[in-house]
Amino acid sequence: MTEHFADVYPGLTPRFVIGESGSRPLSLQEEIAAGTYAPVVTGGLIDQLEQAGLRGRGGSGFPAHRKWRAVRDGGAPRVVVANGEEGEPSSFKDRWLLTNRPHAVIDGLLLAAAVVGADRAVIYLSHPETVSSVQRALEELPPRPGSVAVEIHVVEHRYVAGEETAVCRSINGGLALPLSKPPRPFESGVDGRPTLVSNVETLVQAAWIGRNGADTYRELGTSASPGTMLVTLGGSCRRPGVYEVPYGLTLGHLIEDCAGGLSNGIGGVLAGGWFMGVADASLLEATWCYDAMRAAGSGIGCGAVTVLGCDERIEDVVARLARWYVEESAQQCGVCVKGTAAIADTLELFSQGSAEPDALANLARWGTALQGRGACAFLDGAANLAGTFSRIITSDRATQPIAVN
Amino acid sequence: MKVFLDPIKCSGYGACADICPSLFVIDEFGFAQLLNGGVVAAGDEDSARNAAAGCAENAIGIEG
Repeated sequence: MTEHFADVYPGLTPRFVIGESGSRPLSLQEEIAAGTYAPVVTGGLIDQLEQAGLRGRGGSGFPAHRKWRAVRDGGAPRVVVANGEEGEPSSFKDRWLLTNRPHAVIDGLLLAAAVVGADRAVIYLSHPETVSSVQRALEELPPRPGSVAVEIHVVEHRYVAGEETAVCRSINGGLALPLSKPPRPFESGVDGRPTLVSNVETLVQAAWIGRNGADTYRELGTSASPGTMLVTLGGSCRRPGVYEVPYGLTLGHLIEDCAGGLSNGIGGVLAGGWFMGVADASLLEATWCYDAMRAAGSGIGCGAVTVLGCDERIEDVVARLARWYVEESAQQCGVCVKGTAAIADTLELFSQGSAEPDALANLARWGTALQGRGACAFLDGAANLAGTFSRIITSDRATQPIAVN
Repeated sequence: MKVFLDPIKCSGYGACADICPSLFVIDEFGFAQLLNGGVVAAGDEDSARNAAAGCAENAIGIEG
């Protein structure tokens, strides 16, 4: 996949993949002409975010206004962090945004700092192309009296490094590994201060709402999932890439209309990056909005969807992902170390065609029993893999040896 | 009263589940698991406090 490629759902007037940003970085002059850095009335913006129904785009879908309000209402001094450490392996939308529209991210961060009253603003990054892009953007940005200085904090890439307590821990000079909660960053984050850690797309969306209003924002999408979203469509589709899409169409339509359709049939779907586990082809009929994707046993997460081709054996795919969870675990929580290992060992037996009859029941149990058990949500991703696999695989298949070509 | 369990600190000694079984169980992997979302049932406040005090890893926090 070309990381810097992005496009727009056919016929949609883009809000974020504007001008030629789909294929190259926009210059400062182009951004200013598009309205970036134009003044925004900060009073009432949090109410606008609430009316717009903006949810965090890093994966959790947490209502943005609640985070912003909690930090604003915390004691001064406060800190804002633009989180650009895109951890989900199949997601590229944050990297596209940071590489081709770094000024939009800086603009959103400065706006957030003004709204919550922060005197420190940090952009948290790992991928080299995003670091150089943001550095260039900051160098060409004229001094802005009254605005906070923007720092860049570079961290080594790994899945959990983007988790919000890991973000604060790293900026504070520690390891980029999650901490137990409470406290959450809105209570005590960078320098022990109330800290808004926000995904970079969320910041850019918030700035758009600030300039265009909640009502205009709601003109696209659905009433419960308003607006547009940057999604990453990958795997066995003809035109993988990052796309700006409205909520409310089926996933199959998104893949067909944006990504040119399936390139090799369909063996399954990975959704939410890898976090929401595996689904069968019926997920393509689900509507791309928070409620319908959840009702389908999956989720939107960070908006990354990987189509598995018809020649990809689902047992092999989930075994490979489960092993990745073992290797990527921060190894901090005992239940995560043991839980990811148990899931991986069991899925490996499915891959080999030698799973015992009780293996499916174990996976189904871990799918729920391991939710919310670790210091961060990493183990939940492994549990989702176990639970979703147990639901889509037939029990017959669990007990029968499967021929491996 | 609400109880928090620090899964990084928990080493699975199991004292919490012995002292306050309405709030803690030891799971199949040998680590403590909070029940009821950590909300302490009326009448179990003392045993919850004792479970927190008795944790060898100081992995249990109490709010309220």
